[in-house]
Amino acid sequence: MHKMPEQILLGHGSGGRLSQDLIKNIMLPAFQNQALAEMHDGARLTINGTKLAFTTDSYVVKPRFFPGGNIGKLAVCGTVNDLAVCGAQPLYLSAGFILEEGLSMAEFRQIVASMAEMAAAAGVEIVTGDTKVVEKGAVDGIYINTAGVGAMLPGVQIAANRVKPGQDIIVSGFLGDHAIAVMSERHGLTLPAQIVSDCAPLNKLIQKLLTEVPEIAMLRDPTRGGLATTLNEIAVDAGVGVMLDENLIPVRPEVQAVCALLGFDSLYLANEGKVIVFVEKELSEKVLTIMHQTETAGAACVVGTVTEKMSGQVVLKTKIGGLRLLDMLSGEQLPRIC
Amino acid sequence: MTCKAVNLHITGMIQGVGFRPFVYNLARYWGIKGWVSNTARGVDIRAEGLPASLDAFIAALKSQAPPLAVVDTIAVNHCKPGGYTDFAIKPSGNSEVKTALVSPDVATCPACREELLNPADRRYHYPFINCTNCGPRFSIIQDIPYDRRATTMQQFTMCPDCQAEYDNPANRRFHAQPNACPACGPGYRLVDTNGRQVAVRDQDVFAVAKSLLAEGAILAIKGLGGYHLAVNAKEEAAVKRLRTRKLREAKPFAVMAGSLAAVKLQCNVDTKEEALLTSQARPIVLVKKGADYHLADSLAPGNPYVGVMLPYTPAHYLLLDEEDMVVMTSGNVSDEPIAYQDKDAFERLSIIADYFLLHNRDIHCRTEDSVVRVVKEEPYFIRRSRGYVPAPVRLAQPLPPVLAVGGELKNTFCLTRGRQAFISCHIGDLANLSTYHSYIEAINHFKKLLALSPEVVACDLHPEYLSTKYALTLGLPIIPVQHHHAHIAAVMAEHHLTEPVIGLAFDGTGYGEDGTLWGGEFLVADLKGYRRSGHLGYLRLPGGENAIREPWRLALWLLKEIYGQDFINLNLPFIRQLPAGWELLLTAAEKGVNAPLADGAGRIFDAAAALLGVRQVITYEGQAAIELEQAAQGANGRVLPYDIVSKNGQLILDYKPLFAGLCHALQQETAISQLAADFHITLAAAACEVARKISQATGIKKVALSGGVFQNITFLTQVVGMLMQHDLIVYLHRQTPANDGGLSLGQAVIAGERSR
Ligand SMILES: [Fe+3]
Ligand SMILES: [Mg+2]
Ligand SMILES: [Zn+2]
Ligand SMILES: [Zn+2]
Repeated sequence: MHKMPEQILLGHGSGGRLSQDLIKNIMLPAFQNQALAEMHDGARLTINGTKLAFTTDSYVVKPRFFPGGNIGKLAVCGTVNDLAVCGAQPLYLSAGFILEEGLSMAEFRQIVASMAEMAAAAGVEIVTGDTKVVEKGAVDGIYINTAGVGAMLPGVQIAANRVKPGQDIIVSGFLGDHAIAVMSERHGLTLPAQIVSDCAPLNKLIQKLLTEVPEIAMLRDPTRGGLATTLNEIAVDAGVGVMLDENLIPVRPEVQAVCALLGFDSLYLANEGKVIVFVEKELSEKVLTIMHQTETAGAACVVGTVTEKMSGQVVLKTKIGGLRLLDMLSGEQLPRIC
Repeated sequence: MTCKAVNLHITGMIQGVGFRPFVYNLARYWGIKGWVSNTARGVDIRAEGLPASLDAFIAALKSQAPPLAVVDTIAVNHCKPGGYTDFAIKPSGNSEVKTALVSPDVATCPACREELLNPADRRYHYPFINCTNCGPRFSIIQDIPYDRRATTMQQFTMCPDCQAEYDNPANRRFHAQPNACPACGPGYRLVDTNGRQVAVRDQDVFAVAKSLLAEGAILAIKGLGGYHLAVNAKEEAAVKRLRTRKLREAKPFAVMAGSLAAVKLQCNVDTKEEALLTSQARPIVLVKKGADYHLADSLAPGNPYVGVMLPYTPAHYLLLDEEDMVVMTSGNVSDEPIAYQDKDAFERLSIIADYFLLHNRDIHCRTEDSVVRVVKEEPYFIRRSRGYVPAPVRLAQPLPPVLAVGGELKNTFCLTRGRQAFISCHIGDLANLSTYHSYIEAINHFKKLLALSPEVVACDLHPEYLSTKYALTLGLPIIPVQHHHAHIAAVMAEHHLTEPVIGLAFDGTGYGEDGTLWGGEFLVADLKGYRRSGHLGYLRLPGGENAIREPWRLALWLLKEIYGQDFINLNLPFIRQLPAGWELLLTAAEKGVNAPLADGAGRIFDAAAALLGVRQVITYEGQAAIELEQAAQGANGRVLPYDIVSKNGQLILDYKPLFAGLCHALQQETAISQLAADFHITLAAAACEVARKISQATGIKKVALSGGVFQNITFLTQVVGMLMQHDLIVYLHRQTPANDGGLSLGQAVIAGERSR
């Protein structure tokens, strides 16, 4: 296989191919165990006969505040959603803070308040935590780590190997809002229309879905790397192909306009309040009906199907009917046109 | 006098090209006894006869070889006479090494054409007439050794008449593998988009097809290496309709003419172009429109050149009368690969074509038409495919077996065997799913035809090229090759250069060693390595790849670089016509948001095209630069200011003064054609000066030119002329395209050299 770079690159944290390399080549061999090997967003554990899900995530977002949220809101929603897509009911969270000397107390208060608000909205409790302060310059304001445990919902089995040809792929709403909101704030860009992050807890929606449609095969939240990267991972894990239809991909016109101007591909943009559902065709109407009754998933729609052919590949049927490979990217998108 | 005896071993392109019957007849002529036989390595001959006859026989093997044969080597071993009493063609042996070369597809020969049009011939109007001197080869071969059973002709059993020809060494069709006739071979039929027969084989399919074309209908025609879309080239409405349905806004269409005379009525054709047009490869040749040019306006809008080819299959002769001109463009929707399989073609082309002219011989290997122009009296490839592939490029040195996987767009790959480099057909854009699949199939097909398993893989440095990712899956040692080093090495390989040269790689955007995008490079290179001795100044690509599709973004960035925020006060049409959102784009680019650094010469042409109002948004690759070249026609350029600065031991060509000069002149309302010409000559003069400085510093006199920008003939001839004026020796691509179609050859020789 290809050579690993000798130093950590930014790309190793981008959630793309380099991150995968890091996990597969360094972490997995060192930490190897059954739960980790499943490579899901969270580990599924059985303790004294109780099935639990356990996950952790660190938040280093720049800027700390952005339209539609802040680093604290993200830290709670992200971990809650990771538990939810495991098929669990999130229960308890931990919060670890690494603070930069000099961080404004008002800001910190606001961040903590958002965390409390989101925890309440998601119905979870933040039950333990830790705080470290480091010298000015050692971190950028504040980094947060959250870990969470949840109870597996009975009778559901979310797993890549349940993804089968013929299933529909549903996305719960507009793509790319979060990435564009954060990007514009980070660089101080004034967009023609305000774009707000979709950051939200999905556990109530997912619980409802799994209760009413326990046949759902797979769930995943398309965060870093976006829909294209997430589907690539699933296609490889499940040994199936994915066919997306460009005409069906939900993107807000104002996000599409920014993407067209600045050259972003909404299929690769991060989301923080979206879920991808894999379900048998006959059940997709039922899933959509449930989603459409909620505010977070009002724009949910089928975006593609699972195919037997093209195993491990994600293919986009373009507006003119061509079929294009949507590859997993290792880092930033660099032009390939010579 | 006593008889002498020799064993001859001949290598080259000598199978399936009538070589054995030629040997047989030659032996009879000189009274030679013995035998001839095909082997997997080539052809073996046992020859016995009088010494003088034997010498004449051996000499004639090379000098009088049939038109399609290429004799590389004749090894002569003397032996004891065996007392043979006749000369025979022995059946092929089955040895394990398969190194005989497969021939490219060849245009219908004059003898076959005569029979085709002769009412008394049994193949009168038979659209699959062929012989050992002509016909399909590469496109129908499934495996080696080349034999009917290993071609898509296997499903047709020869009738007794055809079989007799096939078995008769004196016949032109002796062992002509695709031999066929109306009684036993494939046939054409004409159907509408619902699959209903409009005309069947026994009726005159071509007469009906002809009248449909005359009426302006669009025909999907199954040909030699794929489907064409055809429409009457003289009917503007018909050509326009094809454009709309094919979603091809402006990219020129190629035309097939019924005869050379018909081409000459419309275009100026010199003797070199004529030779190319009528060569057995029958490429599309770019020729200048003449004074009496009157083909449809939208065929090659604004372009002083038009791509023309002559019929190369019997079906073409049946479809076109001598005076006819028919658009023959690849059977696809814009940007898709050409269709070659019937089911797929029907699905994809029925939204474009009104009728399908089909035949029932399968195409095994998709091959698009080659595109060539004449530069400085010699062929210069735009696309090397049908008629040329799989003939190898001969190398200076034998190399270990290398697979070079090529680039991303305009992809070709290359396999080396000894001193031969086999470059694939034009494959295209790998991100297209079916192109990607055909890429992998074609690599495996080539490995099989060449009986080759590569020991080393060469790929581009770009981590996101699908070819690079494919290379990584092969489990072989990988040699990554910098894009522009590969471009220059391709020229070196063609000309057998091994000593260092000054390489001007003027290109679009290729991955540089430092992670920036290169493409305006002055390299001092040999096949092992290179030094970046100079390059064009950098600019940013606001919006990444979108800046390549929308050149106005590049011009905007340059204006801001030159004038700061004041650029907005320039009195330029370009400024007044900036699209909404440009402020946001500029701010984002300044902050480095998706605005990679690039120094590609192609991007500088794009920026100039946008600034001069020639083109702001492209609809096909290279369009802005092509239209800028068109705009420069007829004006004499003046050299505007430019700068060459030395930085960290590299010469940086600063073109900002040139753009400032253009802006200044634009405000004086200087004619666009003048400024387009100024731009060309200034960049040429500047490039030449950098090359000269490098030559002075290094003592190197040889300069190799490569990269897609050198498809711009105005610029190319200017650069060549200026370099030659300064006593530099200039090398151009002659066997592979200057664009990324030639990249794989360069990758292969570099990797071969490094792994030797
Ligand atoms: Fe290139
Ligand atoms: Mg996570
Ligand atoms: Zn012939
Ligand atoms: Zn026959």
